[in-house]
Amino acid sequence: MPIKILIPTPLRQFAGGNTEIEVEAASAGEALKKLTTEYSALRKHLYNEQDTLRNFVNVYVGDEDIRYLDGEKTPVKDGETIMIVPSIAGGSTVAEARVENELPELTSDEFARYSRHLILPEVGLEGQRKLKNARVLMIGTGGLGSPLGLYLAAAGVGTLGIIDFDVVDVPNLQRQIIHGTADIGRPKIASAADRLQDINPNTKIEAFETRLTSENALELFKDFDVIVDGTDNFPTRYLVNDASVLTGKPNVYGSIFRFEGQASVFWAEKGACYRCLYPEPPPPGLVPSCAEGGVLGVLPGIVGTIQANEVIKVILGAEGILLNRLLLFDAWRMTFQQLKLRKNPSCPICGDNPTIKELIDYEEFCGLKQPVIEEKPFEEITAVELKQILENDPDVQLIDVREPVEYNIARIPGARLIPLGEIVARQHEINAGKTTVVQCKGGVRSAKAIAALKNAGFQGRLINLVGGITAWSNDVDPTVPKY
Amino acid sequence: MLRLDEQLVLHIKAHAVHDYPHECGGMLIGKFGDDRKEVFETFPIENAREDSRNNRILLLPKDVLRAEKYARVYKLDVVGYYHSHPNAPAVPSQYDLDHALPVWSYVIASVIDGTAVDVRSWEMREDRSQFDEEVIEQGKTIKNED
Repeated sequence: MPIKILIPTPLRQFAGGNTEIEVEAASAGEALKKLTTEYSALRKHLYNEQDTLRNFVNVYVGDEDIRYLDGEKTPVKDGETIMIVPSIAGGSTVAEARVENELPELTSDEFARYSRHLILPEVGLEGQRKLKNARVLMIGTGGLGSPLGLYLAAAGVGTLGIIDFDVVDVPNLQRQIIHGTADIGRPKIASAADRLQDINPNTKIEAFETRLTSENALELFKDFDVIVDGTDNFPTRYLVNDASVLTGKPNVYGSIFRFEGQASVFWAEKGACYRCLYPEPPPPGLVPSCAEGGVLGVLPGIVGTIQANEVIKVILGAEGILLNRLLLFDAWRMTFQQLKLRKNPSCPICGDNPTIKELIDYEEFCGLKQPVIEEKPFEEITAVELKQILENDPDVQLIDVREPVEYNIARIPGARLIPLGEIVARQHEINAGKTTVVQCKGGVRSAKAIAALKNAGFQGRLINLVGGITAWSNDVDPTVPKY
Repeated sequence: MLRLDEQLVLHIKAHAVHDYPHECGGMLIGKFGDDRKEVFETFPIENAREDSRNNRILLLPKDVLRAEKYARVYKLDVVGYYHSHPNAPAVPSQYDLDHALPVWSYVIASVIDGTAVDVRSWEMREDRSQFDEEVIEQGKTIKNED
């Protein structure tokens, strides 16, 4: 006995006017395939270009939605009924509403400035007016934010929001090309705003000198059309993702580490979000930051311009945005790879039954609140104190747990190098009869080294140098280079 | 062409203003004619979105099914769907197009600052490329008891 498929009213005329159609099939998916093979005009209304069921098309076997059974593989028995039921979604997005209203006209200066865009059919006059109408919020004006901002301003994005709370520092200049040597010590948003305004005086800059937090993110995001994530840490990345999902905004993502970069467009309404890809953050400390691990200066230039490219395509409404795809770039091997992403139906924020409905404490979520420990498990010393005891106490030894490449750049006199990764295996090289001060660049890795040594049963007295060699350079010996 | 009487337009406007600044919606129940659709009543449905309710709406399939069943009881059809655009024009968005079905009428009520200013109707082309505006024929509802 065949399976009966009930056709909803708006689709009947594409199914030969029938209200129900009978097919032979073993699963819901097979039944629908047979239906749409016989009545091909139905196909484009039920399936999208990727050949998956459109997200508003719900299929019921009996009175159960197959989404909660076995999807298209849900078995159907002879005599059972399949129903196609639309869920109905609609809405006016702010950006689209403005498009429908009226796009701003271009001035004669703008016609000249954007002429290379205007002659591209894919951009054209309407596209350029869309760019002028667009409001893009950039999170961070660092490595990724620099090329992003420069190209978005140059391309004629009408309003650029920039958020940063940092000050331009010398080590930034190796890659953060929106800032210059003369800007050292200035707030990054001031320096960035000047540079962007110089590139394009038509672009309106809205600068927010603040840290992005769970308290201000929704309010900031709601007035923008596209969010661009140029952050360098996991708590902010999850915050940007969740706030983008909750406000319904596309989140153009990029991240970099050493020689490797990633980029994607996360847009919960149309596909996967960052949490569909990474539901949980990595354990704290597993992935070093760029300050700890280093980064090739040109890498954020490449990844940031990919983000700028996708932002412009999102604004233009282009096909082929980096949606449901994760682009992996390796600058050292010079390879690009692409991974397919899928919206996760059990995603805690954009899935079918979301558990996250408001912004949370992201430091805590990423496990970064743990280092606030009840009691200090080990002793600490400042750079100035270290200088005194090194001069006065011959029974103090200094162990440097950084990498050899860092040791070659700068070292504290008398320090012995045992990189963090080797510290436990080489603990016998440390004289447990002496007091041992452990040191790295900023004090984080040395704390990990002490914890690892204690765990491994090392008996000697261990003291952490607060602020590492950077503090030594600041407070004791400025001739030791900072990097 | 969509026959949608003044009384029903007022219903839609009232629902849209009541739920402002959130989007509201519901089904349109009536009959398909040869060249036109006629709406007999509106069937309001709760907006199931928990986020972005000011510019997004979702009517769950179980509620749509409820409307279908209701229509069947009275030998009527669901002929379309209405929703509101708070502080935006009564023009379908790309999002509307991505989620539309052909044949049905898509009636949109624009509510600006809490006042319903415009009601327009749209029908998607069969190739899904765009919506075309549809004329609303607005007669007065004739009540038998009058």
